[in-house]
Parts: sequence; C-alpha cells; structure tokens
Amino acid sequence: MDWDFTQETFVSLVSALPLTLALAGTSIALGAILALALALARTSGIVVLDWFARAYVFVFRGTPLLVQIFLIYYGLSQFPAIRHSIFWPVLREAYWCAVMALSLNTAAYASEIIRGGLLSVPHGQVEAARACGMPRLMVFRRIVLPLAIRQALPGYGNEMISMIKATSLASIITLMEVTGVAARIISETYRAIEVFVVAGFIYLTINFLLTRLVQLVEFKLSPHLRQPENAAQAAIAGDAR
Amino acid sequence: MTQPGFLELLSFGPDGWAKALLAGAWMTILIALSGYTIGAVIGTFGAWAKISGGRGLRVAADAYTTVLRGIPDLLVIYLLYFGGSAAITSIGRLFGAEGFISFPGFLAGALAVGITSGAQHTEVFRGAFKAVHRGEIEAAIACGMSRALRFRRIVAPLTLRHALPGLGNVWQVVLKESALVSITGVVELLRQSQIGAGSTGLPFDFYLIAGLIYLAISTVSSIAMRQAERHFSRGVRRG
Repeated sequence: MDWDFTQETFVSLVSALPLTLALAGTSIALGAILALALALARTSGIVVLDWFARAYVFVFRGTPLLVQIFLIYYGLSQFPAIRHSIFWPVLREAYWCAVMALSLNTAAYASEIIRGGLLSVPHGQVEAARACGMPRLMVFRRIVLPLAIRQALPGYGNEMISMIKATSLASIITLMEVTGVAARIISETYRAIEVFVVAGFIYLTINFLLTRLVQLVEFKLSPHLRQPENAAQAAIAGDAR
Repeated sequence: MTQPGFLELLSFGPDGWAKALLAGAWMTILIALSGYTIGAVIGTFGAWAKISGGRGLRVAADAYTTVLRGIPDLLVIYLLYFGGSAAITSIGRLFGAEGFISFPGFLAGALAVGITSGAQHTEVFRGAFKAVHRGEIEAAIACGMSRALRFRRIVAPLTLRHALPGLGNVWQVVLKESALVSITGVVELLRQSQIGAGSTGLPFDFYLIAGLIYLAISTVSSIAMRQAERHFSRGVRRG
C-alpha cells in the first residue's frame, strides 16, 4: 500500500464527510417524524389510516431504494406541471431529491420499529395513567411515547446505521459524498483496494460512534432497570466483608 | 415525436418494452439468485467458524461480519468491479495483452451481493443453530450417530427450519441490492429501465414499472417463503 496515496485519499474522503452526515441526519430526522405518524396511523384502529400505512410500508419496503431515488430525481421532471410549480427549485436539486427518497424510505422501516415499541407498552401503565386522570394526549406524551422509544431504540439504532450506508446511493445521482468521491478516485486511479480500505474505515468509524451513542442513550433512558449506585456499592462492600 | 402511453410501453408491440423489461427482470433474478447462493455458502462457513472454529477463525469471522455490515454495499461493488478490472488488466499485461480489460459486471455484481449477504447469512445460520435444542444433539449422540450423520440428519435440518424466516428476509434484501449492480452496466431490470427512460423521455413511467416489477417479485417470493415455512415446520406443535 502506498502511504502517500492513502493519506491523500483520506483527506479528500474526509472533506466529503459533511455531506454524508448532512444527508443521513436530515433524512433520519424527517423520516422519524413521518415514521411516528405512520406508526400512529397503523395503531389508530381507523381502517382507512391503517390500510394507508400498510400500503405505504409494503411499497417502500418492497422496492429498491435506488428505484425510489430515480423515480423522484429523474421521474418527477417528466411532468411539466411539476417543472413549473413552486416546488421545482427544491425538486431540481439532487440533494433534496436524495433527502426526500431517503426519508420516505426510512419512514417505512422505522414505522414498523416504532409500532413494535408502541405495542410493547404494558396496558397496565396506560390504565394507571388513565386512573390518575390524565387526558389521552398527556398519557401518550408522558407514558406511552417514552416507554415506546426506550423499547424501540435498539432496532432504531440498526435503522440509523442502514441509513448511513444508504446515503452512499446519493452518489449515483451526482452527489459527491464519501462514496461518490471514493468512486471518482477509484475510476481515476484504478487503485480500488486502497480507496476501499480508507472509505470503509470512515464508514465503520461513523457506525461505531453511532452504535455507542445509541447505547449511551439507552443507558440514560433506563435508570429503573439499574441498581441504584449506593445499593451497588453497599453490595460490593458487603461482599468484601 | 408522439410519446407512447403507459400501457403501450407495457405491450409486446413495436413501441412496447415488455420483452426488454422481462429480460431485465430475469437478469435481476439471476443476479439475486447467484448472489444469494454465494452468500449462503459464505454464511455456512462463517457460522461454522463462529460456532466451532478456533480463536483465529472466530476473530476472522467476527471481523468479516462487522466490516460488511458497517460499510455500504455500493462500496463493495465498486471494489470488485474496478479492483477486478485492474487485476485482470495487469494479469492480461503479463500475457502481452494490450489495453484495458474490464471485469465482467455480472460476476462482479453477483460476487459483491454474495459477499455482503454472506455476513447476514452468517448471523442467520448462527442464530438458527443456537436455537437447536441441546437435547436433540445429545439424543443423537446417545443413539450412537457419528458426527457427520448427526450433522446430516439432525443439526442441518433443524438449523434450516429455524433459519427459514431469516433466510426469507435476507432474500428480500438481496433482491433489492441487486438493483445496485446496474452501475456496472449489466442490463438488469433497473438498467433496462434507465435505457428505456433515456430513449423515450419517460423516466417516471419506466421507473414506476421497474418498481412494480420489483414489488411483484418480492411479493411472490414472500408467499413462496411462507409456504416453505409451513411445509418445513409440519412436525412442530403450536401454542
């Protein structure tokens, strides 16, 4: 391996990192809102909403993300009505098309994860809250949502990692994020292995940090499952005695 | 130039793309099947390495699954396609061939899909093996079965039964991943749609059709998977 070349590659790939992170961050945030709405529609018990959410999840999970990206980026420009609408300045940009496709896609997967979390909230908790006189919205905000989020977090962490990986597809519609730059360097120099190692290292590092972050949040959100610090110390002291 | 309507695109006539799209869909299935098979073979070895391999093998298998699940699949395709071309070109030069020789896209794609799905196969097989009851294996030992016989008659069928739902999920992922192989120029479903979109100026219609075909393939295969699951767990008592 050529050390100078590797270093040079690393520098150019890291300069593309902000775009990767922006793509992932924006679409995870937008996707989360949409996913919550879909999960609520699915658990609402209203037939129309339920079937809409089911159909949405079926379509977006059953087709490749790349097809969805192409459909939005290339497909929408086919219609003059869209080209002349006020949305065109946004839809013309590859960045926003990628964000849109990624958000719509992740919403389908994440809504199932959140739905699992919502269903896992023990009924007794809701009943207790109702018995305390909380109105429906407050029960949702204070009891159901926090418990559901805690339960859904490990699965959601995996989905976030998938999203980091999925941002690489944006390179196919001309966005120069990490994979895009890597592909350009590979096709210019044909030194696939060095570039692959550097790019892979960058992605692994992001995903490692993300995993640790999710673990940290999980730890913070479950104080009730841990032994209180004093008790733990007392137990250790008791063992020593 | 008058643009053909949506249904005309789907016809077999002179303006129709049905034949080309079906050929593309067939190529997609071929890529996905080859990638899936390669992945299953890798996964079998990976699971074996993780379960009963020595320290070195275990570390290698862990590194493989961690790396392949942490990096984008597209990167693996680039590595194999461009890396393979560079390797072949330099080998060709040894034998006096001139110029650039490109690596076959189908092979690069199938290998890339196989290598990435191999990581998922490994985890599926490992989890399924863990779900096999210790008692079943002990009973087989008590009956005096040899290691190979035990594997063939007891461990493999039970592992496969537990693995089926996971294998179905991996197949769905592989099917969607095969769309990425279009960047190597292999004329599969998505590439064919790109060609169609380019020559008719109707990208929305073509990508919509491609999406519908993917949806159809994945629906049919999920029905088949459900049938298989039912078939292979006939002997299991439920609830």
